[in-house]
Amino acid sequence: MNNFRELCIALIAGGVTALLRFLPFIAFRTRCPDFILYLGRVLPYAVMSMLVIYCLKGVNIFAGSHGLPEFIACLVVAALHVWKRNTLLSITLGTVIYMFLIQVVFA
Amino acid sequence: MRTSGVIKRAFRDTLPVMTGYIVLGLGFGILLSTKGYNALWALFMCLVIYSGTMQFVAIDLFTSGASLTESGLTSLMVSARHLFYGLSMIERYKNISLIKKFYMIFALTDETYSLVCESDDENYCFWVSLLDHSYWTFGSVSGAVLGQVLPFDSRGIDFSLTALFVSICVEQWLNNNNHYSSLTGFAASILCLIIFGSENFLIPSMILITLTLFIMRERIEATHE
Repeated sequence: MNNFRELCIALIAGGVTALLRFLPFIAFRTRCPDFILYLGRVLPYAVMSMLVIYCLKGVNIFAGSHGLPEFIACLVVAALHVWKRNTLLSITLGTVIYMFLIQVVFA
Repeated sequence: MRTSGVIKRAFRDTLPVMTGYIVLGLGFGILLSTKGYNALWALFMCLVIYSGTMQFVAIDLFTSGASLTESGLTSLMVSARHLFYGLSMIERYKNISLIKKFYMIFALTDETYSLVCESDDENYCFWVSLLDHSYWTFGSVSGAVLGQVLPFDSRGIDFSLTALFVSICVEQWLNNNNHYSSLTGFAASILCLIIFGSENFLIPSMILITLTLFIMRERIEATHE
């Protein structure tokens, strides 16, 4: 099995996601700890910021294109989203612009 | 007759999710296939993970050489928000038969949640869950097949994940007048990225975020909606 590692990762990702989906139904049938409720409320915001940084972790601002394609494309997505509030539009246009930037402009 | 009416209503309400899931699923499938994993992998991931964000991140875990521990912890942070969805559905899903309930909890994605949290009809909620799941799977598998057939320059298509997160970030920011948590996420991650480097910063970031949110709790809760 040459894809054993990936199989394990997929099962772990699925297992953890399912666990988190089931946990409230199992653990807090009667009462939920205050701190968990608090984390459930505020964590999604911090995690999304962290995931943006996670996606951009490979960008080197001191070499190559200095992160300009990423910066421009992120700005387009954010501005487009503030304007139209349409997730699908923001993602599609942002990705097309990014692909154009790295394949043509900064090639 | 009643059931067919419910399905019709569920279908109509899930149409926006259908376009979104098929397009995003196509993106996921294409990206997955360009990294060398075929349509079977796409199908498998849609059946055992079924979370758009998690599936995209899983591709990154596949290719970045992440350890199993790191994969588990990353999954924990990425999917933590599902805890919150579950908490608000406990009462609503109380009296549903076990197998149906099992599936409906498993299939509680962001988009499905946004529809079922408005309804009290368990049959309707079940069909919304099932339809959304089938759109996502259809899009993902099609993408993986297309990615192998269509020879086009797909460099940069992985930016779709970044774009997804940026747009969710903006959406959260606009929906909330308290930005402590969002800013904590940015500050802690950037700080840890500088200190620990791009390969090892995720786990320290998670710890720092949780600690900061714990310390700032009173301040955040005083203004959080």
